[in-house]
Amino acid sequence: MSKKIEVKNLYKIFGSKPKLALKRLKEGWTKEKILKTTGQTVGVNNASFTVDEGEFFVIMGLSGSGKSTLIRCLNLLNRPTAGEILIDGEDIVKYDRQQLREFRQNKVAMVFQNFGLFTHRTVLGNVEYGLEIRNINKDKRRQIALEALESVGLKGWEDKMPTELSGGMQQRVGLARALANNPDILLMDEPFSALDPLIRRDMQIELLEIQSKLKKTIIFITHDINEAFKLGDRVAVMKDGKIVQQGTPEEILNNPSNEYIEEFVKSIDRTKVIQAKNIMRKPNALVSIKDGVRVAIKEMQASNISSVFVVGRNMELEGIVTIDDCVDAVKNKQSSLKELLRHDFYKTSPDEYIENLLENAVKSKYPIVVVDDENKLLGIIVRTSILSGLLPINSTNDTPA
Amino acid sequence: MNSFPELIKFDPGMYIEALVDWLILNFQGFFDALTDVIKWIVFNIQDGLSFIPWFLFILLIFLLGWKLKSFKSGLGYAMMIMLIGLIGLWEDMIFTLAIVITSVILSIIIGIPIGIYSAYNQKLEALLKPLLDGMQTMPSFVYLIPAMIFFGLGTVPAVFATIVYSTPPCIRLTSLAIKRVPKEMREAAYAFGSSRWQALVKVELPQAMPTIMAGINQTTMLAMSMVVTSSMIGAKGLGENVIIAINRTDIAMGFNSGISIVFLAIIIDRLTQMISKKYEHV
Ligand SMILES: Nc1ncnc2c1ncn2[C@@H]1O[C@H](COP(=O)(O)OP(=O)(O)O)[C@@H](O)[C@H]1O
Ligand SMILES: [Mg+2]
Repeated sequence: MSKKIEVKNLYKIFGSKPKLALKRLKEGWTKEKILKTTGQTVGVNNASFTVDEGEFFVIMGLSGSGKSTLIRCLNLLNRPTAGEILIDGEDIVKYDRQQLREFRQNKVAMVFQNFGLFTHRTVLGNVEYGLEIRNINKDKRRQIALEALESVGLKGWEDKMPTELSGGMQQRVGLARALANNPDILLMDEPFSALDPLIRRDMQIELLEIQSKLKKTIIFITHDINEAFKLGDRVAVMKDGKIVQQGTPEEILNNPSNEYIEEFVKSIDRTKVIQAKNIMRKPNALVSIKDGVRVAIKEMQASNISSVFVVGRNMELEGIVTIDDCVDAVKNKQSSLKELLRHDFYKTSPDEYIENLLENAVKSKYPIVVVDDENKLLGIIVRTSILSGLLPINSTNDTPA
Repeated sequence: MNSFPELIKFDPGMYIEALVDWLILNFQGFFDALTDVIKWIVFNIQDGLSFIPWFLFILLIFLLGWKLKSFKSGLGYAMMIMLIGLIGLWEDMIFTLAIVITSVILSIIIGIPIGIYSAYNQKLEALLKPLLDGMQTMPSFVYLIPAMIFFGLGTVPAVFATIVYSTPPCIRLTSLAIKRVPKEMREAAYAFGSSRWQALVKVELPQAMPTIMAGINQTTMLAMSMVVTSSMIGAKGLGENVIIAINRTDIAMGFNSGISIVFLAIIIDRLTQMISKKYEHV
């Protein structure tokens, strides 16, 4: 595989005297000491890494560790204080203004944490932006933008304003806007951190699908280790502006290089930390208590499942019905669901840890249902989603922590 | 003991006077050309306004009010403008309107670019801030003096003094609006390879528009408030009537022209406010 991005000894220092701070940094002063004595903030401290073409590279670290500063150097929204950034072998730091614009127009696109959408433009206008900047004609850019919107599942939303959309949909617009430009490299700075967990999971899966189709080189930032290990081919861990470890998720899990990373890793290899709300998903099918037996049968057939949860007007959980019971009921000319309700499923709160769900997940013939304090249905957990939530973790459970 | 010592004397006005003298001496040609331009604009606007028959004018005001706000508002504005006509000040109102519109157009042409530039340039901003504060708090009468010296008497110095007095909010709010464009949005513009001009025209200005419009509204209102003052140096229109009324202590005439100015100001204020609302999008 060919090298797409090569970052060599990159430094970024904020303040009025970056050269002085750089000198001190190279003399071995800490970030804190430099801030105290010179007033300069060290954003990135001697970062080096390589990303292959088509690779999904994740940068992980706590808030303030320099992740944004680093990724923003890759399209020169931040100008590095020192170091080289080779993209396809060319040092972009040396680009003049025109070369930089062309580079940004053709090779990289960015997706922002708070979406960065243009609120005065329609969804379509947002997605067209990059193409407009490149002077692509109206019909062509409309066509490309519509395709990009369709690829992120937003067909039909093109004339809405961004503020009319939910957070998840807004970030889809952000993604479509980046994809419309057909860049080689996608820079994503905590793109899903502002979204709630369920939507976040959907977006992660979708991003992986898009990636497997389009084979972009992706630099993805997160402060969430679950997200990092789920998405990344390779992961770099940052602390105080430094990259403290990089490698595949397995390598990092098996061999955390210091306490800091161990702390991180601890948070992942325990079923104690993953909660029901992290792995639940929206049920494929649901029926209302007022619906008849035939509706229930149709729903189950449509989703190819053998049982379906029944809810009341406000999503309160009534029970579950099975396809066999329903078919019998039709034969007996019964049409109400009320008599068919079963209650022998397992119910849990969203904050329950997987650890406590494992046994029931294996025993129960129905999905586990997640409800809130008022018995409202929030989501379901099927056996496979517990397994997939645990798999990369289980495989390394035997390594000493 | 209680009086300020006269030994040390500082007379800043003297320097300003010297500056004005110097300007006159060296830039007379420039001021003449400027006079012609301003005159040309004012007279054309005035011609254009006078060309509209009065009933059509009232109808237009009504339609604008209706379209921008409500049927009732449209009716209200139409009544007010009608009253000005009934009072017998229709032509004076057209004069005043021509001066105000000219001043506002020129204020916008001057104010928006300066505002944009100062949003990017901290030095210019630091320089402008006290200047703008001063321009706005200085009693508006003071501007009449250089206006008269540069441009003589009549409409043109009135426009000049009005511009000096009413441009600050346009500059200030434009600058504020550009600086307030969300950081991520500006970065998104640059991340896609926009030039500075593209980022300005496609992202920053549209985002800033509601606030810029609010600035234009304020500028318009300040221009209206200069109507009477600038009549002291010979501008025709509603203000002229106020001055005459003062000289004659003619209460009726004073009230008539005063209320006409108020009506006109209300209409212009509401209409520009409604227009600026149209630009809100967040
Ligand atoms: N524009 C800036 N000016 C000064 N300091 C900054 C700037 N941007 C980031 N920093 C500092 O750089 C460090 C790293 O920040 P950042 O890259 O945003 O961290 P992260 O994205 O990992 O949360 C922090 O100490 C932050 O305060
Ligand atoms: Mg960040």
